[in-house]
Amino acid sequence: MRVTQGTFSFLPDFTDQQIHEQVQYCIDNGWAVSIEYTDDPHPRNTYWEMWGHPMFDNPDAAAVVYELNECRKVYGSYYIRIIAFDSSPGWESIRLSFIVNRPADEPGFKLSRTEVKGRNIQYSITPYSSDKPQGSRYK
Amino acid sequence: MPDGDKKLDAKARYSAGVLEYKKMGYWEPDYLPKDTDVIALFRITPQDGVDPIEAAAAVAGESSTATWTVVWTDRLTACEKYRAKAYRVDPTPNNPNEYFAYIAYELDLFEPGSIANLTASIIGNVFGFKPLKALRLEDMRLPVAYVKTFQGPATGIVVERERLNCYGRPLLGATVKPKLGLSGRNYGRVVYEALKGGLDFTKDDENINSQPFMHWRDRFLYCMEAVNRASAATGEIKGTYLNVTAGTMEEMYKRAEFAKELGSVIIMIDLVIGYTAIQSMAKWARDNDMILHLHRAGHGTYTRQKTHGVSFRVIAKWMRLAGVDHIHAGTVVGKLEGDPATTKGYYDICREEQNSVSLETGVFFDQDWASLNKVMPVASGGIHAGQMHQLIHYLGEDVVLQFGGGTIGHPQGIAAGATANRVALEAMVYARNSGRDYLAEGPTILAEAAKTCTPLREALDIWKDVTFDYASTDAPDFVPTTSVS
Repeated sequence: MRVTQGTFSFLPDFTDQQIHEQVQYCIDNGWAVSIEYTDDPHPRNTYWEMWGHPMFDNPDAAAVVYELNECRKVYGSYYIRIIAFDSSPGWESIRLSFIVNRPADEPGFKLSRTEVKGRNIQYSITPYSSDKPQGSRYK
Repeated sequence: MPDGDKKLDAKARYSAGVLEYKKMGYWEPDYLPKDTDVIALFRITPQDGVDPIEAAAAVAGESSTATWTVVWTDRLTACEKYRAKAYRVDPTPNNPNEYFAYIAYELDLFEPGSIANLTASIIGNVFGFKPLKALRLEDMRLPVAYVKTFQGPATGIVVERERLNCYGRPLLGATVKPKLGLSGRNYGRVVYEALKGGLDFTKDDENINSQPFMHWRDRFLYCMEAVNRASAATGEIKGTYLNVTAGTMEEMYKRAEFAKELGSVIIMIDLVIGYTAIQSMAKWARDNDMILHLHRAGHGTYTRQKTHGVSFRVIAKWMRLAGVDHIHAGTVVGKLEGDPATTKGYYDICREEQNSVSLETGVFFDQDWASLNKVMPVASGGIHAGQMHQLIHYLGEDVVLQFGGGTIGHPQGIAAGATANRVALEAMVYARNSGRDYLAEGPTILAEAAKTCTPLREALDIWKDVTFDYASTDAPDFVPTTSVS
């Protein structure tokens, strides 16, 4: 399966040039761009690990692409995403978030059902990969 | 001012009998509205022979303190304060029988935090008043002091996006069709296919409640099976608007509680449940971390005709105060009423921190929303993937695009229809961010994306000629013209 979180997961994977274009769009809007990685793609895993701080005051998308490639050298088998933060009043949150690196094999998620009273079912979603300890999930 | 329009001294004013409203103090052309006044703009069509100023004064009177005759008990009150004041009457640009009447209301006329109370005055008795042929509430200015007495949207656009982990593009939805008749099991099939294929949301229609062919608990259970399956299949957070509309508040709370118990991220209500019920559900939604979708069922009965009723921009303002998170606000290009400029006005009211006067989009007042959350507008009705460039151009990024037939009617099935919409959307956002002239190049951008997406190719082929191009019944009165200097 393919984890389709993020703004562009239904498009073919981006080249570095395409990533550069999208990052420059964010920078030109005044947003701070950040790189995050994880080996737990659960849809409610909010806090991926930060590859350094958001790059405030950085005018050049090339610096983000450089850092992305540094991150790939260490976490090339992980999910890596690019996030743009907008600090404007009334927003103060993320404006764009897209996956720029993913494991070669994505085993997907297990759906568990617990039957409780009244025909109600309680659902739980678990990434198959998270059976293994953090750091040894995607090799 | 002609002598006949002047206010009278106290003795003459309170002699028993019938007086013209303008002489009773409801017409004050020199009045400067206070920052704390509620202001309403009405389009009035007086009966033949009725002076427009007297008509405006009558509207002010009947929507505040007046009755048809003089009453001495006025003098036991600070009646000057409580009288609404018509302070400006303008001819409309295009119809000599219609006038714009501006009326200011003292803040103390209204109970804090109650749309029911506000509307009982502003659109109460006055709409049946005989000296008027027709009356339309065009716009309102709500003072910050009053805005702050309302909860506002339970979740708001920003937190909704955070909760759904979805940024940078419009959300995608579809209403399950046929809207009536599917069993719970079959209904859930549509939900599963559409969400798995790439949509963020599916939606109950306005009249799906609890009928013989499908009772509400069945629908909720099968829908949540579908939502969770789709979430596991994609790694994304998915939702389906579970319509909790019912005959009583008790029943609505019961259904909402069950939706919460099942882990739904969103519930839905219809506008026809009434303002107080909407405010109650908004409070429940805030208390239970639930996104609240409002289907504007019924609004067309009073919003559509330009001479009589209530403009949808006013309904949008009331609903932002009342506290819904989603509201259907038009598509521009789809099958339902919606002039582009007027629709932009609605969207601005839902999404901006502050609205500025913009006559060309039908916004007559500056409006400060005082940090009330923003409402996510929903575009639904006769839209398809081939219009993606126009949809993004007209409606922007913070909107739910709902393709019902445009998903479920896809020749390769529901999931393929959903995928076509998602790919079209992502390709268009990508092109926009990359600096392309996506409106002009829209069809090319879609054709390029379709090269690697057969479902999109088929969607573009089948719906390429579908447009809904009819004259609007509710276009703005004011059209910008190029100035000559």
